[in-house]
Order: sequence, then C-alpha cells, then structure tokens
Amino acid sequence: MIRFTVIRLVEITAMLVLMSFVIYALIGLMPGDPIDLMLSADPHLTTADVARLKALYGVDRPLLERYLAWARAVLSGDLGYSRLFLTPVAATLPPRLGNSLILMGSSFVIAFAASLGLGVAAARRPGSRFDGAVNLACFAGVSMPTFWLALILILVFAEELHWLPASGTGGGETGDLADRLRHLVLPVATLAVTSIGGYTRYVRAAMRDALGQDHIRTARAKGASEARVVWHHALRSAMVPVATILALSFGTLVSGALVTEEMFAYPGMGKLIFDAVMGNDYNLALAALLLASAVTMLGNLAADLAYAWLDPRVTYS
Amino acid sequence: MYATDVFGEHRRVNTPRSRSPQWVALSFFLLAWPWAPAAAHDQLTIGIVQFPPALNPDLEAVAAKAYVLGFALRPFTVFDANWKLVCLLCTELPSFENGRAVKTELPGGKTGVNLTYTIRSDAVWADGTPVTTDDVKFTYEFGRAKESAVANAEMYREILGIDVKDDKTFTLHWDRLSYNYAAIDDFVLLPAHLERAAFADPAQYKVKTLYATDPTNPGLYNGPYRITEFAAGSHIVLEPNPHWVGPAPYFKRITVRAIENSAALEANLLSGTIDVIAGEIGLPLDEALAFDQRHGHDYNIVYKPGLTFEHVDCNLDNPALADRRVREALLAGLDRATLVKTLFAGKQAVADSFVEPLDAGYTDDVPKYPYDPARAKQLLEDAGWHAQPDGTRKNTDGKTLSFELATTAGNRSRELVEQILQSQWKEIGIDIRIHNEPARVLFGETLPHRHFDLAMYAWLSAPENSPRSIFRSDEVPTEANNYAGENLPDYKNPEMDRLIDTLEVELDPDKRKALWAAAQKLYATDLPSLPLYFRSDAFILPKWLTGVQPTGNQSPTTLWSTDWGEKK
Repeated sequence: MIRFTVIRLVEITAMLVLMSFVIYALIGLMPGDPIDLMLSADPHLTTADVARLKALYGVDRPLLERYLAWARAVLSGDLGYSRLFLTPVAATLPPRLGNSLILMGSSFVIAFAASLGLGVAAARRPGSRFDGAVNLACFAGVSMPTFWLALILILVFAEELHWLPASGTGGGETGDLADRLRHLVLPVATLAVTSIGGYTRYVRAAMRDALGQDHIRTARAKGASEARVVWHHALRSAMVPVATILALSFGTLVSGALVTEEMFAYPGMGKLIFDAVMGNDYNLALAALLLASAVTMLGNLAADLAYAWLDPRVTYS
Repeated sequence: MYATDVFGEHRRVNTPRSRSPQWVALSFFLLAWPWAPAAAHDQLTIGIVQFPPALNPDLEAVAAKAYVLGFALRPFTVFDANWKLVCLLCTELPSFENGRAVKTELPGGKTGVNLTYTIRSDAVWADGTPVTTDDVKFTYEFGRAKESAVANAEMYREILGIDVKDDKTFTLHWDRLSYNYAAIDDFVLLPAHLERAAFADPAQYKVKTLYATDPTNPGLYNGPYRITEFAAGSHIVLEPNPHWVGPAPYFKRITVRAIENSAALEANLLSGTIDVIAGEIGLPLDEALAFDQRHGHDYNIVYKPGLTFEHVDCNLDNPALADRRVREALLAGLDRATLVKTLFAGKQAVADSFVEPLDAGYTDDVPKYPYDPARAKQLLEDAGWHAQPDGTRKNTDGKTLSFELATTAGNRSRELVEQILQSQWKEIGIDIRIHNEPARVLFGETLPHRHFDLAMYAWLSAPENSPRSIFRSDEVPTEANNYAGENLPDYKNPEMDRLIDTLEVELDPDKRKALWAAAQKLYATDLPSLPLYFRSDAFILPKWLTGVQPTGNQSPTTLWSTDWGEKK
C-alpha cells in the first residue's frame, strides 16, 4: 500500500510538471496578449507604447524562455504576481479558494446526502411510483441549465419574494455569519439541484447491483435486519463505483463553478480561472489550474485507497 | 423599513423582509399610506458588468477602473457633459490669452509650448496631506521611467521637463504645440508621500503600488469619496473623504458591485440589491431597450449617444474592395436608418463619417449614402460585377462577388446587425459569408494581421481625438511595427495624412474645424470603412436619484458625483 501510494504521488508530480508546460503553452498559443487587450481599451496608446509594454511584460520573449523563467521562480517558492490584480498570486488565490470551498463543499455535501437517501430508497423499490418520480426528478435536474435555474431562483426568491439576496457573498466588514449564510442559499441550491440528479442515478444503479449480490441474500438469510442489510452491507459495496464519481468531483471544489459564480456575482475560483486565462495572466492561471489538477489527482488517489477499505478483496501490491 | 444589506450594512430595502404575514401586511399598509413620508436614501449601490482589476490610475486604462476612480480621484482636466474641457484639480486652463500658455522655439525649428497650471488650494489627499507639486514631480518621474509600465507613456515623452514655482504652481514644457494643448486628462497625480517608497524599483512598481497592495489607504485618494473596502472580484465601497472641501457628497456610502451576467444584473436591480445600472459599463443597448419595455415605467432610463463608432472595415488589399464603387455600393445597399430604428429603437445615430455629431469637429456637410439599392446595383455593374440568374454577381473572369464578414462572436447586437447586412447585401447580389470569432481572436490575431475582407467592430475615441492611428498611412499594422498600428483597411491617401498632420497643430478653432470637415469629407468619399452608427449607452437610474449627467465621452458620470442626490 505504501509503495503504491508513493508511486502514485511520483506520477502525480510528473503529471503536474507536464501539465504546467501544456497549460503555459496553450495560454501562450491563444491569439493576442495582455498588451493587445490594453490597446483595445485605450485610444491614446501609441505604437511605441505597445512595443515598450510588450517588452516590459516579457510577452515579446519566446514561450519556452518565459516558461523556464516561471518554472525556476516556482521552484524557488515564488508563484509570482498576478498581472490582472497586481497582487502576489499567493495572496490572490486564498480568498477565492476559501469562497469556492465553502460554496462547492456545501453544495457537494447537500447534494451527496440527498442523493444517498433518494438513490437508496429508489433502489429498494425499483419500478415503483417513487422510483419513477425520483428518476424523473433526476433527469429534470441533470437536464436543467445551471444559468436558467439560477435566474429562476433569483427571480422568485430575490426579486419577487425578497427573501434572499440575489448576489454577493455577504458578511460585510463585520463578518456577519447569518448574512453570509443567506447569501449562500441560492448559489448552493442551484449547484445542489443540478448535481443531485447525477449522483442519485449513480447511487441508485450501484445499490441495485449491490442488493442483487449473493452476500446480501446471505445476510438476509442470516436474519440481519433490513436496515443493516441496506446501510451496512449493500451500501458499502455500492460505494465502490460511487467513490470514483465522488473522487472526480473533488477537483471542482477548488476549480469553482463558473456559471453559478457569474450568475450570483460570487467571487470564486471558477471566475478567477476564467479571467486569468482570458487575460493572459499566466502566473495566476497556472497556479489555479495546477491546484485544481492536483486536487483532482489526489482525490483519485484517495478513491483508490478507499476501494481497499470499502472492498476487502481489493489489495495493492 | 431598514434592513441589513448584502454587505452587512443598514440600508433601506424596497419591500418588507419580515416573514410574519402580519408584519408584511402592516408594512405594506404603512408604505402604501399616502401620507407616509418616503424614506431617505443615504446609500447607493451601483451595478457594473466588469470589476476593475487594479486601481492605479496610470497603469492600464480600463473602463471599470475609470468609473470607480471618478468618485475618488480628480484629474487635472476632463471633458464635461457639454464636451468642453474643464479644470477639476487645477484652478484655470492654460491659454495664450491668460498667459499660462507660452510658445517656445525648440532646437530643430520645432515649436513647443510651456503650460502653467496651479493646483486648487483646497486639494487634499484623504489622509489630510495637501496635494502639491511634489506629487506632480513624482508622477512625472514615474511616467518618464522606462520600466514603470505606464500605459500612455507618449504623453510623458512629450513633456520635456517640469518647473516648479511653489507648492501649487508648476510649468510643463511640451515638445510640441497641438490644438488640445491644455488637456492633460491622463496626467493623474499619484500621492508622492505614499507611492515614492513603492517606486524605489521602477520595474517592480506595478506590483508594489499601494493601489494594489493597500487600496483602502485614504492617502491614495483626493476626490469627494475614498475607497474603504475593496473586495476583489466582488465589490468596492466608497465613503466621503473627510478632508474634501468641495461640495459635500450626498450619499454616505456608495457600493459598486460587479455582476458580469447581464440577466443577473437586471435581476439584482429588480430585487433591490442594486439601485443603478451604470451606463458606462452596464447593459448593452438591446438589452437595455428590452428592459425599458418591461420595466421602464419604474426607472429613469437615459440613453446617451457616445464616441463609440461602429463601422465595417474594408480590407483594401482585396481587389474587389479596392474598387471604391464596390464600397459605395455596399453602403448604398444598406438601409442603416431602418436598421437603427428597428434594432435600437432609433436610440443610436446613423453615422455618415467617423466624427460624432456632438464633437466640435463634426460636420454634416459630407457625401451621404442613403439606402438606394438601384444605385448600388448600378455601381456594381459599372465595377464589372454583373448580375447572374441565381442572384449572385460575377466578373468577366467568372469570379463571384463574395466577401467574408467578421465580427465578435457572442456580441448579440453585432450578430443581429450582421444578419441584416448579409440579407440586404444579398439583395444587391453580394454574397456574404459570416465568420465570427471571439473578441480576443478577432482583435488579437485576425484584425492586426489583416486576415479579413470585411470586419465589423467599433473605434473608441475621445472629443476631437486625432484620427492619426486609424487613417494615417504609416499606421498600417505590419510585421515591421509588430502589428501595432490601427489602420486596418490599409488606407493610404497623402491628402488624409496632410490633413491629420495639419489639424493636430492648428490652434485656431475655426481653421481646425475646416480641417476636420475636410478629413470627414475625404473619409466619406474614399470610404476605407463603412460607417454604421454611433453607439449609445443606457443609464438605468431609480426615479429618486438626481444629478447623474451622462457625458457621452470618456469622462465617467462619477467625476461629478457631488451633484448626485435624492429627489425631495
């Protein structure tokens, strides 16, 4: 197990190095550069200014040379400055990361808890009206465009009823927790509703498989209560495929949800990454994307390790 | 009724928030009661669609930054709502009549000018430090440093030196004398007492400036408001500058919130989360018009024509487009008046040249091309493009008259206009293939490399802004100039070059107006691009808000925030 973990960590590190170059190259290959963006907004900028600024920002140097300079700085512990925000990347990321973790974590927990209950209940009564209703709701949730649901929630709960704020993070200078929570309700609800469907489908399918297995029949024959059969024996088996799906979701905890963040003007990682990529902010984009990649890969590693815990037949050597 | 708002502060909300039905009913009753006095608004929340990336006024021009800084920083000079140059931080505009402008002869026979400005005696940074010529010297030092990343360094290069007379009076020595000599809009002062330390290493200044590292430091601002909260990507809070001695601002707190999705921006306005949608960086006109139809009765919606000139560039390297008759046919085959009326409810003015009607240099006396499909067809026949039975046109070589039309993908207004252009040009036998690209691809790659036939986009200008970069023959983007010019059609006319060179140094307003008129006539005759219309901005304001006067030029309304108030 330890050897397996160490090998996977080495692989993850190598993958991150490779990804850093690919991301850097992809951003570099995008047409235009930061100075072109400045030019479009400033009628006074002259040709000489453009040439001077390109040299100053280093965008006139070859891509590989710029990448190596960035890599050297990162290895010495310097993530550099964000070109867009003119602040150190190390200081720019944490507030957005915190916001995203709260938003994505809350919606993830709610969505997963709800899908666990719904999926298990539906799997226990396949073909029933309840199962049909859950299936229908799942498809509706999966099919619903996030921006549309967000807009409907804003129109109903903010515009019509005035129960909840339409945007922002709240809290203000005082850090009012209740206010912060009120601001979280609509974006969390949006994300939860749109992801419950998918999770529920996975849980239901996995549980149906698990409930049909021999060891479940044996457990029932031994006189185990239905609750123990479902929640202890079947759910544990069902969690193996579900763990894979959950592991893949870890990356979104730190990469944010662009559409939801934009609709609710919520300053999270999704919008930050989008702005950084579109604004040719290499330092910021790289740090944020690599962080999301690292968390996704570590999530997968955690899932692999969890398989061994969930299913005693799984061993790593 | 007062409630905690989105930032944890107290402000009036539009409707009751209590969940108790009794309180809801009672509140509605009280609010609806005819004698109940209207609650005062001492706070204002404004929605914009872009968050200002960083606040240093001299690094990178961004509309959102200019909007926010309009509350908090005074430039020396600006163009007001009448498009007249006025002093904000200075006491008097230099002129030859008042002796503050003096011509000088420079080596090489060039004529320069010395301009003397005096800083207002009551100008004070919000930490109590007076604004002095030390700030002027520091700002100049910053602008001149090659490593400082100042956006508009041209202005600083043109200033040969500064003489300081006393704490408030200084003289700028310019290396040239141009018609807009008194305008130093871009010379926005930096507080030397705070920023000098950050400037110790000029190359690092852009990331060490306190505007980035400590944006709520009061000493960075000298306007009626100062920034008290800066939540990156979310909102900025402004409160009155305690040392401001000009007219007292009415609002005790102004919050500027960035909501980039326009549908969400509208919903926030309707829910009362924001009070205003800024015209400068708010809803596109088509969305504002749709909003106006649905909710116009609840708001004051002001449409202000501006300096954004929508047009279609013609690549003159294309043999068909190089023929002026084809370009005229394109314009005559286009019903711009109906287009503007239908799509934009007539709120945008049809353009006959590149100069906006409010501009001092504007003339109406230019060749015009009203919708005349018969003439358009005749022009194409004359140019050798003959009508075919299938509705297309071919020349004697059998080549079909067909162009690719590019614009910014995702810009709904432009995409709608594009469809009308395609349809109307098809009527006269011109085949249009639409080829849209994301803005950064179009502006970063396609247009600078001139890989287009027709390109629809806008020029952002300023009052009496010289068209040097867009029309002068040496401003064509090429590999030699690193694709930095803006003369995308490759328009080369020595007479236009001469007019630009002459009008830039002509001081007599009447003579200059004649030169501007000649330049517009020449443009409308040569048609290197096809003028469409001047864009308007839509300001969506609550009915109780007074004093917001859109300028239509690059000066944001926020520069005159002390005029803002509440209808009594």
